[in-house]
Amino acid sequence: MTRVHDMGGRFGDGPVDPGQPDDPVYAQDWHARALAVTLATGALGQWNLDMSRHARESLAPRDYVDFSYYEKWISAVADLLVSTGVLTEADLRGEGDDSRHPLADRALKAEAVAATLARGGPADRPMTAPPAYRPGDRVRAQRPAANRLVDGGHTRLPAYAAGATGRILCCHGAHVLPDSNAHRLGEAPEPLYTVVFSAAELWAHPENPEDEITLDLWQSYLEPA
Amino acid sequence: MPHDHHDHDHAHALLPPDPALRVRALETLLTRKGLIDPGALDEIIDTYQNRIGPKNGAMVVARAWADPGFRAALLQDATPVVADLGFFGRQGEHIVAVENTEDVHNMVVCTLCSCYPWPLLGIPPGWYKSDAYRARAVREPRAVLADFGVTLPETTRVRVWDSTAEVRYLVIPRRPVGTEGLGVEDLAALVTRDSMIGTGLAREPGA
Repeated sequence: MTRVHDMGGRFGDGPVDPGQPDDPVYAQDWHARALAVTLATGALGQWNLDMSRHARESLAPRDYVDFSYYEKWISAVADLLVSTGVLTEADLRGEGDDSRHPLADRALKAEAVAATLARGGPADRPMTAPPAYRPGDRVRAQRPAANRLVDGGHTRLPAYAAGATGRILCCHGAHVLPDSNAHRLGEAPEPLYTVVFSAAELWAHPENPEDEITLDLWQSYLEPA
Repeated sequence: MPHDHHDHDHAHALLPPDPALRVRALETLLTRKGLIDPGALDEIIDTYQNRIGPKNGAMVVARAWADPGFRAALLQDATPVVADLGFFGRQGEHIVAVENTEDVHNMVVCTLCSCYPWPLLGIPPGWYKSDAYRARAVREPRAVLADFGVTLPETTRVRVWDSTAEVRYLVIPRRPVGTEGLGVEDLAALVTRDSMIGTGLAREPGA
């Protein structure tokens, strides 16, 4: 049901190391290259953001745990390049040819970087029907926290909130549904809500029962409570 | 660090196991095929190293402290307000600003990955992407705050925002006392990156 990336609420990870204010943006040179290769290959337009998140989550659990952050990124990019047919396994083995690729015309050029980053990828879409819930409505997050379209597929409902009852804070309009878009099943936009949950609803031993956790959840993740 | 490669279902296992060499191999291969322009990589790296970072968010916070009309507009609908200052784009397409007060302290996490408001704060710090932060921020935010040296009164409610969609959150920290006469530039110098994630407080003047 869940994958190892869905770690909210997990025990045993130890203290957070806040680092130093003057820590470099990139701890290692290769982190910077990994970030840039990820963004530049994304600009080829062969996959969307939800697919790239799903590729990272689809690393074997042992790799997900063992790999450092940018190691996950670059490994997921390699997997996507092959699964989308941009590269072959022979290419990754170093046995491919070096001729110009048919997608080379789409390569991100240095002079286009600023505009591409500035454009981003807005996820909001026109609303085609009024939202089902209003601010203040009580809702329950579906259980289990799982993709309903694809078994073992991508979803953005964390397991810790599955089955929990919360309150609608606001609606952000319709947003692309990751559960569908990550699997090339279309954008399937749905109303997206911020839902507030009491810490006492989510945790057996909340630090303070008055504390709250909010999640951004799509309409199909919710039912009236 | 090299890994012991047991995973034959994933194409990435065909690349060198050392992560730095893995990146290099992929970059070389893609460059030879014309799929990436090394100049574009340098440009991306430079953008987040030198041009887009927490100074952007600090300017937004300082303006919110100094200008009640700006603050009201920001809390109402932050995306167009920060866009007017030139802060928009990748990982900042939909921005919500949340304000800390005596009664509520806001703190931001992404338990599922590492969602973060890039145009306002740049690339997230290592700790934000760490398992420990992702796992613990939602369940024991006060203990996590203690790791950062921050203690809140029990009467202040903690509200943790788990960034599960494409909405990105900016925390407006409380304005420090003794800053009444300061202009926007001086105020911005008090706004730390961590204070805009909610794991820190703004600096006191002279601190």
